Amino acid sequence: MIEIRRTLTQVEDILHEFGPVPGRPQRRGTIAIVLTNPFAGRYVEDIVPMMDALTPVGIDMAQRLRQAMDVPVERIESYGKGAIVGSAGEIEHGALWHVPGGYAMRELLGWKGDRVAYAKGQGDPKTGQQGNALAIVPATKKVGGPGTMLDVPLTHINAAYVRSHFDAIEVKVPGAPAADELVFILAMSTGARIHQRVGGLKAADIALWNGLR
Amino acid sequence: MTARIRKLIVQVDETRIEMGRAIDPPTRRALAMAVIDNPYAGRYVENLDELIAIGEELGGLLGDKCVAALGIAPSEAESYGKAAIVGEAGELEHAAAILHPKLGAPLRKAVEKGAALVPSAKKRGGLGTAIDVPLGHKDAAFVRSHFDAMEARVSDAPRANEIVVAVVVTDSGRPSPRIGGLQVHEVVGEDGLR
Repeated sequence: MIEIRRTLTQVEDILHEFGPVPGRPQRRGTIAIVLTNPFAGRYVEDIVPMMDALTPVGIDMAQRLRQAMDVPVERIESYGKGAIVGSAGEIEHGALWHVPGGYAMRELLGWKGDRVAYAKGQGDPKTGQQGNALAIVPATKKVGGPGTMLDVPLTHINAAYVRSHFDAIEVKVPGAPAADELVFILAMSTGARIHQRVGGLKAADIALWNGLR
Repeated sequence: MTARIRKLIVQVDETRIEMGRAIDPPTRRALAMAVIDNPYAGRYVENLDELIAIGEELGGLLGDKCVAALGIAPSEAESYGKAAIVGEAGELEHAAAILHPKLGAPLRKAVEKGAALVPSAKKRGGLGTAIDVPLGHKDAAFVRSHFDAMEARVSDAPRANEIVVAVVVTDSGRPSPRIGGLQVHEVVGEDGLR
């Protein structure tokens, strides 16, 4: 069911945007796979088996992306995901990526230390934090032709309301998706926007550890 | 003069299946781009030495990044290409100053050898302008299987006073080459052509 035709990874270092140059650049990375859409050209009611089949694909992509970014997992601070469906498919095929794509990055970044405690929602006694990757992974998706561009949203991995980390990164795979293809995307970043200064919840002030604040 | 770099971007494009046929090993192309200040934006300057020096610096930096992203030894690089997009406050000659006088030598060092001309493209453009970087075999320009192009683009560049500089290095030709011409195993690699 899973036939990967092509992969495109991208790593971007942002050193400044005409403001004070910070000591460490922001690094953002994306990985896109182009795969055959097994449901192209017809209506298939039960598409969920593909969602399960995508689980190991997502985990492999998350690992490859982390490797391409060449940073330890502890430095990943925000994430996002997306899908582009070729013209012989439907938007619902793109929705297959929500669970395996999000799970893959949470698997990579998730628990620190005690996996069992994380699974039970038990937090660190001092901070209350039970692990990493507590926040929902934001996503966009669309149906499009070859070379269609997708803006993939990025938000903080532990608290969706952290304002400094609201961002988006463009992903385009020249030539894809063809009509019978799907493009699935993961994105991660090492930090806030390069000159973030519009206030709001700071990453340092996350206190509830509920994925939101 | 060293380049004032705002962004560095590295892409790896790997094709595993083309027209239903497995490509084994996959073809892989790496693209490295730098977004830099154009020191001559907004005025006519006769002498372009600063950009020539920047070109030399970026030839090594971007070439090394491509080879590292492919995870190959320099000698395993097969084709290459270069391009620049000048923001609207610059002139086409600024792209030429980066690309032509001195960028080639350090790029050839990054890919070991490189007897052939480095094919190039240039244009003036705005934010998100795409440029197709032409590719040719690094030691013999007539190798037909390695004529190709890779699209390069930065969503928020070039600003008016910036230049996007792109270098592509591959470890392979097109996925399913079958239109004849000079073959890789026939390359002499001395005159840069055959």
